[in-house]
Amino acid sequence: MAAIELRALTKVYPGGVKALDSLDLAIPDGEFFALLGPSGCGKTTLLRTIAGLETATGGSVVIGERDVTGVQPGGRDIAMVFQDYALFPHMDVTDNIAYPLRIKKVGKAARQRKAEEVGARLGLDQLMDRRPGQLSGGQQQRVALARVMATQAQAFLFDEPLSNLDARLRLEARTFLKKLQRELGVTTVFVTHDQAEALAMADRMAVMEAGHIRQIGTPAEVFQRPANTFVAGFIGSTPMNLLHGTVHGDTLEVAGCKVPVPVSAEGLLTDGERVVYGVRPEYNTYSAEPVEGSLGGKVVIVENLGASHLVTLEVGEVLVQAVVPEGGEPSIGADGFAAPRRDRALVYRDGELVSA
Amino acid sequence: MAQATSPLEVIDDAPARRFSSDAAGLGRLRAGAFVAPALALIAVFLVFPALWVLYLGLTNYRLTGTAAVEPQFVGLDNFVKAVSDPAFWNSTWLTVQFVLGSAVIGQVVLGFTIAWLMRDRTGPLKRTVEGLVILAWILPSAVVSFLWVALLDRDGGTLQALLHVPGFAPLLDHPMLSIVIFNTWRGAAFSMMLYGAALGNVPPSHLESARLAGASGWQQLRDVVFPHIRGHILTNLLLISLWTFNDFTPFMLTAGGPDGKTEVLAVHVYKVAMLGQELGYGAAVSTVILLINLVVAVFYLRLLRSKK
Amino acid sequence: MTRFVLGRIGFYTLIAVLLAFFTIPLLWLVAAPLTSDPTYEVRVPDFTLDNFRAILEHPYALPSLLNSLVLAVGTALLVVVFAALAAYALSRVRLPGRDALLYALLLLSSIITGTAAMVPLFQLAVELNLIDSQFGVILILTGGLLPAAIFMLKDFMDSTPKSYEESARVFGASPLQIVRHVVVPLVRPGLATIAVWAVANVWGNFLMPYLLLSDVEKQPAAVIMYTLYTEGGQANLTLLSTFGLLYSVPVVLMYLFVSKKYGFRFHGGIKR
Repeated sequence: MAAIELRALTKVYPGGVKALDSLDLAIPDGEFFALLGPSGCGKTTLLRTIAGLETATGGSVVIGERDVTGVQPGGRDIAMVFQDYALFPHMDVTDNIAYPLRIKKVGKAARQRKAEEVGARLGLDQLMDRRPGQLSGGQQQRVALARVMATQAQAFLFDEPLSNLDARLRLEARTFLKKLQRELGVTTVFVTHDQAEALAMADRMAVMEAGHIRQIGTPAEVFQRPANTFVAGFIGSTPMNLLHGTVHGDTLEVAGCKVPVPVSAEGLLTDGERVVYGVRPEYNTYSAEPVEGSLGGKVVIVENLGASHLVTLEVGEVLVQAVVPEGGEPSIGADGFAAPRRDRALVYRDGELVSA
Repeated sequence: MAQATSPLEVIDDAPARRFSSDAAGLGRLRAGAFVAPALALIAVFLVFPALWVLYLGLTNYRLTGTAAVEPQFVGLDNFVKAVSDPAFWNSTWLTVQFVLGSAVIGQVVLGFTIAWLMRDRTGPLKRTVEGLVILAWILPSAVVSFLWVALLDRDGGTLQALLHVPGFAPLLDHPMLSIVIFNTWRGAAFSMMLYGAALGNVPPSHLESARLAGASGWQQLRDVVFPHIRGHILTNLLLISLWTFNDFTPFMLTAGGPDGKTEVLAVHVYKVAMLGQELGYGAAVSTVILLINLVVAVFYLRLLRSKK
Repeated sequence: MTRFVLGRIGFYTLIAVLLAFFTIPLLWLVAAPLTSDPTYEVRVPDFTLDNFRAILEHPYALPSLLNSLVLAVGTALLVVVFAALAAYALSRVRLPGRDALLYALLLLSSIITGTAAMVPLFQLAVELNLIDSQFGVILILTGGLLPAAIFMLKDFMDSTPKSYEESARVFGASPLQIVRHVVVPLVRPGLATIAVWAVANVWGNFLMPYLLLSDVEKQPAAVIMYTLYTEGGQANLTLLSTFGLLYSVPVVLMYLFVSKKYGFRFHGGIKR
C-alpha cells in the first residue's frame, strides 16, 4: 500500500517532442485513480514512466515515500497489466499467475498454492491448467489481474484495462474492477481514453492534453465544474453546450437571447466582456412555452437516448441541445425553449473557468 | 537501493540514466555482445574474402611455386590480361546468353505463364502443376543435373526414346541451348510463385470491369494486369538475373564443355583458379563478377526502398 | 461458343505440355531406383528393392548422407543461435548504425556468392588450416547464410509485441531471465523456420564442399552424387538412381512439413 507522487515530471523524446511537461500529481494510498485523455495526450507515457519502462528526462517519481526515479522497473514494487494482458502463451494459467513469484525465488509448491488461492478468488479455479489461447477475453483479463494480485505489490498500474473486451463485457468488467480494487485497497492508476469509464470507476482522475494535466478532481467535480473548455468538451457523453456570449450587467447575451449570470460567476464578470457560456444539455430545462432567461428557437433534431431524448434547437445561428425526459419530446419544427439551471451553468474566460 | 528520502526534499532532476529503456532492459553493452558473434563470422567469412579478392587480383599469386611463397604485386596486369583474353570474353558472352535465355526470357515467361493459367484456381490440377514445378526447384542440384544428363543421353535417354532421332546428343550438339532449357526448368518455380502472389493482388473488380467492357483475355492482361505488376516484374528480373549470373550448376551438366562452349563465368573462374592454379588471375575475374553483382544488388535494393 | 471451346482446348493442351515438360525429367528418379538393371531410359519399374541393397554395400554412399547431415545440422545450429541473438538485439535495442548495418547485411548477402568468393575463400581456408575440414565448411556456409537469417529473424521479432518482455521486466525479471523465459518460447516458430531453411540450403550445396573437402570420406551427398556420374568408366545407374532418390527425399519432406505447418512460401517479398 503506497501513495504515488510525481514532481515536475518531464519526458522529452530525442527530437524534441515533449510527451510530459513538468507534471505534479499526488495520489494517496488506496485510491483508484484514472489518467484520462485523447490519443497522444501522454497518459500512457505517464503510466510507463511511473512503471519505469520509460526514463524521465526531468523531475521525480516517488512511490511509498521512496524516490524510484533511478530504479529499474523490476525494483519499484509495482505491478502492471498491459492492454493486451501479455499472458505468456507457452505457460498455463497457474504458471502465468505464479510467474512474479518465480522471479522472487519463491519455492514451486508455495507459489503454486498462492496462484491457486488468487485464481480461486477471481473465479478461475476451473481454468488453472489452460493456456491463455484457450481462454475468452474476460477470462484472460482475470488471469492478468490474478497475476498482479499475486505480487502483493504496493501499487497497480493498468493500461487501458477494458479496451480489449467487447462492449457488453466491458460494462460488467467495470463493476468487477471497481469492486475488486475496493476490496484490495491497493493504490491503482489506470489509463483510459473513455471518459464514461473514467467517471464510473475512478475515485479521482486527471484529465490530460498534450503532455499537460488540465484538471485533477473527483468525477463529480470534473463533470459539474470542468476547469477549462478542453475538459468541458471532453467530459460527458453528450457534449456540453459552449456558446459565445457578452456580459450585460447581471445577464449574458447568448445567441440573441438573455440568460442570467450563473451562480458560480456572480460578481466576477465585467460589463461588455466576451466570454464562453457553458451548460450541459442535462442541465437545460426544456419547455414548449416561452420562459424568462431561456434560449429559444426551432426544434431541428430529436435523438432518442432510451429513457430520454436529446433535442437540438436552432437558436439564431447556433445549435443548443437539451435533454428531455421520456414523454416530453417535441416535434420537429416546433418552437422550444431551453432554460439553463443557474446553479449548473458556467462561464469561461480565455478558456479558463470563472469562479471564486 | 531503497533511498529513504523525505518527500519534502528537492530532488535533483538530471536524467538518472541508470537503466536502459529497451523492452527487456538489455542495454547497449549486452546488445553489442549479442550481435558480436554473428558479426565476427560475417566479417571473417564474408566481408574479408570480398575485400581480399580485390587485393589478390592485384598480385600474381599462385598456389604452388615461387609465386605462392612470395606473391608479387603486379598492379592491373591481371585485369589487362583478362580483358585481352579471348577466353574471358567468350565466357562473358556465354554468361550473357545464359542469363538472358534462361532467366530474363525463360523463367519469367514460363513462370508467368503458369501463374496466369493457374490464377483463380484452387483444385487438384493447380496443386499438381505447382507441386511439380516446385519439385524441380527444391531437389538438390546434383540430382537434377544428373536427371537431365540422363534425359539428354544420346543413346539411351528418355528424350531419345520419345523423339527417335538417332545420334542426337543435345548436350554435345547444342550445349548452350541445353543448359538454358535446363535452367529455365529448374528456376521457373520462383517466378511462378512471385507472379502468382502479384496476380492475386490485382483487384478482381478491375479485371471484371475490363471483361464487362468486352476485353479479351489478352487485352485484360495488357491493360489491367501488366500495369499492376510492372514493379514486381523488375524486382523479379533483377533477383533471378543475379542468381543465374552466379549459378555454378552448369558445371555439373557440362563441366564447361564441350570445348568451352558452356563455360560461363562461374565455371571459368573455377577452371582458371582451381584447375589452372592461377589464383591472382582468377581473383581478377572474381572481382569483375563481384562488381557486376554489386551493381545489380544496389539497383535492386534501391527499387525495394522506393516501393516502401 | 466455338471460341470458348477452342479456348478450353488450347488451355488444356498448354497444361498438358507443361505437365509433360516438368514431369518427364523427374520420372527417372522415381522409376529407375525400383527397376532392376536400369538404363537411361524410363521404363515401367518391376518394383525391385535390389538397388537399395547395392547402395548399402557402396562404401561412400550412405556415409555421405551422414556427412550431409553433419554439415546441415552443424550450420543450422550456428546460424540459428547467432542469428537469433543478433536479431533480438537489433530488434529491441537502438544500436548506433543499426539501419546502415542492416542495409549492408542485405547487400552483402546478395553480392558475395560462392562463385564470386570461391578464390579468396579457398585461400582463406588454406591459411586457416581449414582445408579438408567439415568444420571449415560449416563456418563458411554459416557466414554466408547469417545475413539473410538475421534479416528474416529481425523482421519476425519486430512483429512480436514487446508487452511480454516489458511485463516480465516489471515483475522483476533480469534481462537474461526475460530472454530465457519469455523471448525464446515466443520466437520458436521463427527459429524453426530458419533452421529448416538453413538445412535445406546446406543439404543441396555443392560448390563449397567440392572446393574445400578432399577426403572422400568427408564428402557430403551432393559431391558424391556428382562423383558417381563423372568419375571415369560407365556410370553406375543403379547407384545413381537409388542414391539420388535417397538424397532427395529429406529435402522434399522438409518442404512439405514446413508448408503444412507454417504456410511457408517465398513470394519474393510480396505480402499476400
